Amino acid sequence: MSTQASSHALPHIGAHDSHHEELGFLRKYVFSTDHKTIGIQYGITSLLFLLFGFSLMMMMRWSIARPGEPLPLVGGLLEKILGDVAAKGVISADLYNEFGAMHGTIMVFLGVVPLAFAAFGNYVVPLQIGAIDMAFPRINMASYHVYLMGGIIMLVSFFVPGGAAQAGWTSYSPLATTIQTNGQVFLLTGLVFLITSSLLGAVNFLATIIQLRAPGMTWMRLPFFVWAQFVTGFLLLLAFPPLEAAGIMQLMDKLAHTSFFLPTGLSVAGGHISGGGNPLLWQHLFWFLGHPEVYVLILPAMGIVAEVIANNTRKPIWGYKSLVYSSLVIGFVSFIVWAHHMYMTGMGTKISTFFQTTTMIISIPSVIILTCMFLSLWGGSIRFNVPMLFALAFLPMFGIGGLTGLPLGFNFSDLHLHDTYYVIAHFHYVVAPGTIFALFAGIYYWYPKMTGRFMSEFWGKVHFVGSIFFMNMVFMPMFAQGLSGMLRRMADGGINYSAAKVPGAIGGLTDNIIWLNQFVSVAAIGLGLAQIPFIINFFWSIKHGKEITSDNPWDATTLEWQTPTPPPHGNFVKPIAVYRGPYEYSVPGQKTDFTPQNQA
Amino acid sequence: MDIPYQTEPRKDTGLFNAKLGIWLFLASEVMLFGALFSSYILLRVGAAPGDWPHGLLNIPLGTINTIVLIVSSITVVMAWASLKMKDFAAFRRYQTVTLVCALGFLGIKSYEYNDKFSHYEIQLKDGRVADGHLKETTATEYVLHHAHYVNKAEAAKVTHAYQEREIKHEEITVKKEDVKYMENYGPWHSTYLAIYFTLTGLHALHVIGGALVIAFLWGPGAVMWKTDPERYTNRIEVSGLFWHFVDLVWIFLFPVLYLL
Repeated sequence: MSTQASSHALPHIGAHDSHHEELGFLRKYVFSTDHKTIGIQYGITSLLFLLFGFSLMMMMRWSIARPGEPLPLVGGLLEKILGDVAAKGVISADLYNEFGAMHGTIMVFLGVVPLAFAAFGNYVVPLQIGAIDMAFPRINMASYHVYLMGGIIMLVSFFVPGGAAQAGWTSYSPLATTIQTNGQVFLLTGLVFLITSSLLGAVNFLATIIQLRAPGMTWMRLPFFVWAQFVTGFLLLLAFPPLEAAGIMQLMDKLAHTSFFLPTGLSVAGGHISGGGNPLLWQHLFWFLGHPEVYVLILPAMGIVAEVIANNTRKPIWGYKSLVYSSLVIGFVSFIVWAHHMYMTGMGTKISTFFQTTTMIISIPSVIILTCMFLSLWGGSIRFNVPMLFALAFLPMFGIGGLTGLPLGFNFSDLHLHDTYYVIAHFHYVVAPGTIFALFAGIYYWYPKMTGRFMSEFWGKVHFVGSIFFMNMVFMPMFAQGLSGMLRRMADGGINYSAAKVPGAIGGLTDNIIWLNQFVSVAAIGLGLAQIPFIINFFWSIKHGKEITSDNPWDATTLEWQTPTPPPHGNFVKPIAVYRGPYEYSVPGQKTDFTPQNQA
Repeated sequence: MDIPYQTEPRKDTGLFNAKLGIWLFLASEVMLFGALFSSYILLRVGAAPGDWPHGLLNIPLGTINTIVLIVSSITVVMAWASLKMKDFAAFRRYQTVTLVCALGFLGIKSYEYNDKFSHYEIQLKDGRVADGHLKETTATEYVLHHAHYVNKAEAAKVTHAYQEREIKHEEITVKKEDVKYMENYGPWHSTYLAIYFTLTGLHALHVIGGALVIAFLWGPGAVMWKTDPERYTNRIEVSGLFWHFVDLVWIFLFPVLYLL
């Protein structure tokens, strides 16, 4: 064993790394093994996918509000690109289904997860633990490229004959198998790539956090963001493979004509099947991933919010250990709640009862985390900058999302709410104004470290106000629609179920409820417009934003701010050691109101 | 600039990076195969009586393959131990055996696959079902050897492999014009064969992957033995851990698919 490990000395990094040999364009920006470059690659790619997924939804909203009418502005273009499914610029039901399936798939697998876990994780985690890079830099690079290939396969599927997958992001069999187009094959192939990418990423993150913590960086000195990424890494590592298995089996059903998910007696157009399969098997395997996935989406967001709140209240986060233990409990319990997505499948009341119980249990650590963050605000001298505004907005928005989930977690109330717009409103509150707001907070917060300049504070506030207003205008009415029984996945927005159209029918939708479709669609356009200041701000500030005056512009304690800006290859100019916890703000007796972790 | 703990273990975890990495990777692999094994259970308990075949696979061949893989697992350990004792020639000898075992395993496996693809169930227009291996196809006839006419009621009674062996088999010739529908024993034939091909196919991919890594480290990758022997030995250890996992999966696959 070398002296380095036995003396527990620092990783050998030195000043020579800052004037590292110049790499060519390809090695520097495309095939980079530097965790910071890879983080930015992930960040930009996933933001583009988020934008793309969002624009799919905007077109769907048009179809919901104005079924059968040609899409303004882009209708003609859509017909040119996609052909008959968009004849005369009208979104057909088939195209609506394609957009619906791909909106979900893209937002979850290509947008939010890569942004929350891979982009922020790559950029921030090694810096926060005082490492010079990830444990396996080349695997890190491969992980990004595999992710990109998966994304391209998904995008290409729009242009194959028959178009993209149409069976929802959940790809329930037999529907997904029996639709006679190849979209599903592309979706599943893309998914296998994405799962491989996230597997490589998860192994890398876990190994990095376990192995490469700087001397003195004990587990309870880790910033909460690192803890959140750590638990997320385990979820990705262990929950994704069952979906990969399911994906392989569905591919076999599609391509080798097996019957894993096709029951006996099912008649399939154009082919003989053996039958004997089990449609519920797909749902079990899918949701075995699907539910931990929810926490993959939310935990990194909570991590970012904790960092921003501690920094901008100038006081330690309240209940750091409770946060850590809660996220570990969430990690474990999230593996035994999956079938609460399946109350309506007839899997049996006893099984439903079990999963209803575990579902209620998992809400406890989530509430603890949220409560800790609210309590952290108490008595702080809060700086209301843009990252803090987004972080503050996260709290009630995630709160609404979480609490409206309880009626879905009880199987008796789920009977009424299942598959309605209420469900859409619920999980979008968790992911859109929840996770995505936290991601915005993270972008505004770490942007100065990446570029050396702040993003515009004014336009950031415009972005914030527009986003939070329109976000609620979009999703709040959906609760009302869902409670009135309006179902999801209808290209015409439920017009055929309107009470006016079928007088006397029980459960018909009133005109008011159907009118809300138009209201929501207008709000969705507003939400889209509210993102324009962000996009301009994001690119404009790279060159023209206010320059930072120190490497630690937010006066933060964690290690990512104790590096040059932007951090060079190898990150730290001199070996770093850690002497204190992550949130030593306003410690009495100290000269400043923040004490960096590496200050002896 | 080097990333720490690439070769030497970190003191508090006792692991070098790649060893932790491979254990995490294997945890994920356990979940992958775990999901497929769970699917096997669900499909099997959900199968209608008589639908789940018994004695379809060649147990002696499966046993040989099991032994082949266990031997390769031993030689992988011996190879690593040889490197630890700085005996590079012995390492190469042992890994050669490992690679031969891997090829042998794949050879036997592909023979078994071929056997399934030439095994046909032929439904006749008179309602009878002939079942056997297609020996030859003439202009007007199919000749099946080791074949029999399936009796549904008797098939439902078969719950163990040995009972299947007691059924009398003979050569059967079927006229093409009498055939209503014929299908070979590919993955499309039944959910049992579907899960059999999926599980063993995925496992075979793992064998190929592992063998490629071992072959690379045996050949071009071996230059590292001269430059950084400690790290090279670690690589052998890591590839060996993966190989043991591949072996272990087969140890579960064999009884589940062949014997039960």
